[in-house]
Amino acid sequence: MANSTTAKVKVDPRDAKLSMAHFFVAFSALALGGLMGLLQTLVRSGKWELPWGIDYYQILTVHGVLMGLVLTTFFIMGFQYAAVSRTTGGHSNAARRTGWIGFWIMLVGTLMAATMVLLKEASVLYTFYAPLKAHWIFYLGLTFVIVGSWIDGAAQIMTYAKWRKNNPGQPSPLLSFMAVINTVMWIIATLGVAATVLFQLLPWSLGLVDTVDVLVSRTLFWYFGHPLVYFWLLPAYMCWYAIIPKIIGGKIFSDSLARLSFILFLLFSIPVGFHHQLTEPGIDPAWKFLQVILTFMVIIPSLMTAFSLFATFERYGRSKGATGLFGWFKVLPWGDARFTVPFIGMASFIPAGAGGIINASNQMDQVVHNTIWVTGHFHLTAATSVVLTFFGISYWLVPHLTGRKLTKAMNKLGIIQAWVWFIGMAFMSGAMHFQGLLGGPRRSAFSTYGGSKQAAEWIPYQIAQAVGGTILFIGIILVIIIFINLAFFAPKGEEEFPVAVAENLEEKAPMVFENWKLWLGIAAALILFAYTIPFIDIIQNAPPGSKGFQTWSKW
Amino acid sequence: MHMHKFEKIWLTFGISALVVFLTVVGVSAFYLGNKPPSCLTTINVDKVDQTKPFDKPGLHKVEGKDWDYELVYVAAAFSYNPLKVEVPVGAKVKVIATTKDVVHGFEVAGTNINMMLEPGYVSEYTTTFDKTGEYLIVCNEYCGAGHHLMSSMIEVVK
Amino acid sequence: MAKAELKTNQKTEIENSSSLKGTLASVFLLGAFIVVTWVSVYYLFVERF
Ligand code: HEM
Ligand SMILES: [Cu+2]
Ligand SMILES: [Cu+2]
Repeated sequence: MANSTTAKVKVDPRDAKLSMAHFFVAFSALALGGLMGLLQTLVRSGKWELPWGIDYYQILTVHGVLMGLVLTTFFIMGFQYAAVSRTTGGHSNAARRTGWIGFWIMLVGTLMAATMVLLKEASVLYTFYAPLKAHWIFYLGLTFVIVGSWIDGAAQIMTYAKWRKNNPGQPSPLLSFMAVINTVMWIIATLGVAATVLFQLLPWSLGLVDTVDVLVSRTLFWYFGHPLVYFWLLPAYMCWYAIIPKIIGGKIFSDSLARLSFILFLLFSIPVGFHHQLTEPGIDPAWKFLQVILTFMVIIPSLMTAFSLFATFERYGRSKGATGLFGWFKVLPWGDARFTVPFIGMASFIPAGAGGIINASNQMDQVVHNTIWVTGHFHLTAATSVVLTFFGISYWLVPHLTGRKLTKAMNKLGIIQAWVWFIGMAFMSGAMHFQGLLGGPRRSAFSTYGGSKQAAEWIPYQIAQAVGGTILFIGIILVIIIFINLAFFAPKGEEEFPVAVAENLEEKAPMVFENWKLWLGIAAALILFAYTIPFIDIIQNAPPGSKGFQTWSKW
Repeated sequence: MHMHKFEKIWLTFGISALVVFLTVVGVSAFYLGNKPPSCLTTINVDKVDQTKPFDKPGLHKVEGKDWDYELVYVAAAFSYNPLKVEVPVGAKVKVIATTKDVVHGFEVAGTNINMMLEPGYVSEYTTTFDKTGEYLIVCNEYCGAGHHLMSSMIEVVK
Repeated sequence: MAKAELKTNQKTEIENSSSLKGTLASVFLLGAFIVVTWVSVYYLFVERF
């Protein structure tokens, strides 16, 4: 019964409009950010220089902000808003209004920050580490983006809460549950970055205070920075767990285990920020190691995810009569972009995850910290696993929302796009990993370092990155073509919003998963456990504060 | 909530591997002395040049300590002081560094010496320079327009 | 009812077609990859000063 009705369920057109608004911003950011990415790789090859006094660190700031903050946040909010609408029966007028307010505040904030970057008043990269001091409008813009995202996310929470009230004793729809977990994690995490921007950087850039405590600011930033990457990843996991099985014609391996893994992400993604600060002087090694242990805990739900996905695929393949150890692999619907594109993303998560475990391994971080290896790593996680999944989602979600159809031609182009992306990334990210192991630093324009022998060995890898970057840029052009086609030109029709059901429907998800008091309580306890003592230490032993610096080139 | 037997096997293996990784790095860090750099010493960022040992950057032989030399660096946008040093191979050296302005990196390429320099903090790392060769020091944290020009050189010699 | 029949039919088949041995093999390949990369970088760490 579930199947025949859900196939036709549509996202309310009024909700669709808000989701699409998010996607227009996200894909504009992708187009512009992609161009910056290409230019970066060209500069780093040493064969080309930026014209008109534009400097490398300005475009790197644009790339990081657009790709890391704008593309991701807008896409995720738009997708989750649609997923909640689809699985709960639609947002109320109040939730919809809330969502729009959040969207506009985020957009205004983005434009404020972007203006300051273009004026070279904020070439501080997307991590804006003090004591580099950007224009106050940049920080105010960031504040708007964060606060806007809270309001935007509140719309999803309102609708989820309403559904729970109307369906007492029922586990909420899986996709809504997952969306709300991610939104709640985002809200808890952004408290840290909001605190440093609002209480430290904004007053300091306005001249209200003279100095800033650098380590406090960095610690608050990284309290946010790690869950940030899980905020990117979880929507991809939503697609892998709860949408892909439907696309291939299979079932969710286990609804309960999917929920459990999301709960584990909520609990363990946050109290781990020190693993980005392992080589910093002001944090006690014992506390660093404690957070390394907590970081390893968050690997467990990903191990569960790997198993569930393989199991979904194998069960489906065997139901189609596949035999042997890996026979099921061949019968998967490789001709369907909605499957193949995210699948390439999933496959990329294998090297991506392996690299992440290395980065987190306490002193082993000294081998790779702030080398271009790290850039290679997150171009696999974020810029391949996550964005290919986002592309795969858009290929049915955009036509679903605009009342069009994914045509055969666009489906084909989508698959080509994903392979182009994969090949480009293999060059770029692969070369970054190897160059990083040789010591090549990240966030650096082309340099021969005074004719150093070691630096000379890095240059061939930088040329390989430019080759990869060029191929990737072709990928950007293709995905923009597909997006515009699906948004404006594809033939009218009905594209399905696939939502999978679980293999074992008798097994209801335990209601304890929806016990927010419990999970928020444990999350808070873990955060307090991991951070209270070291944070007090950091404040008590603080050196005199730092005044601001503007060491980047100005117009 | 039901879990498939194979999933239990997989998670047992996976979690055991994680425990082994953690044990290896934990023992190496806390019993063999390979902790990541965490010196916990602070300094007044405006008085770096007057504060010991940063009043005399460079390589200094020391007596009566667990290490043979102290190698002192002062970083500021966009250079390190000193720009070049020679270290005898096999010397056990404590590298001590700080910054006079923004955050910088201090990475000796091809080695495990890789630490953040943050205003107000002293960063240290002790190791034995046991292979000869030229080692480039690069700034690996963005510090401004000349970030990619910021470097220094260590020559480990016979 | 047709539906019920279908179900019993599947049940008998499930005995051999619900195997997850390919999944087990796949995750162990994944696990091996993780271990090999980790050990390689750990080796670099030990090898370098
Ligand atoms: C055409 C595709 C892309 C190319 C050619 C590209 C290239 C690059 C390069 C060369 C860098 C590092 C430069 C350096 O460290 O000096 C970089 C940094 C970065 N990229 Fe990409 N990238 C692409 C797509 C993406 C996507 C899709 C995302 C996000 C989802 C992304 C996120 C980032 C982030 C967050 C940084 C870090 C910026 C920083 O260190 O401040 N990139 N990219
Ligand atoms: Cu992290
Ligand atoms: Cu520097």
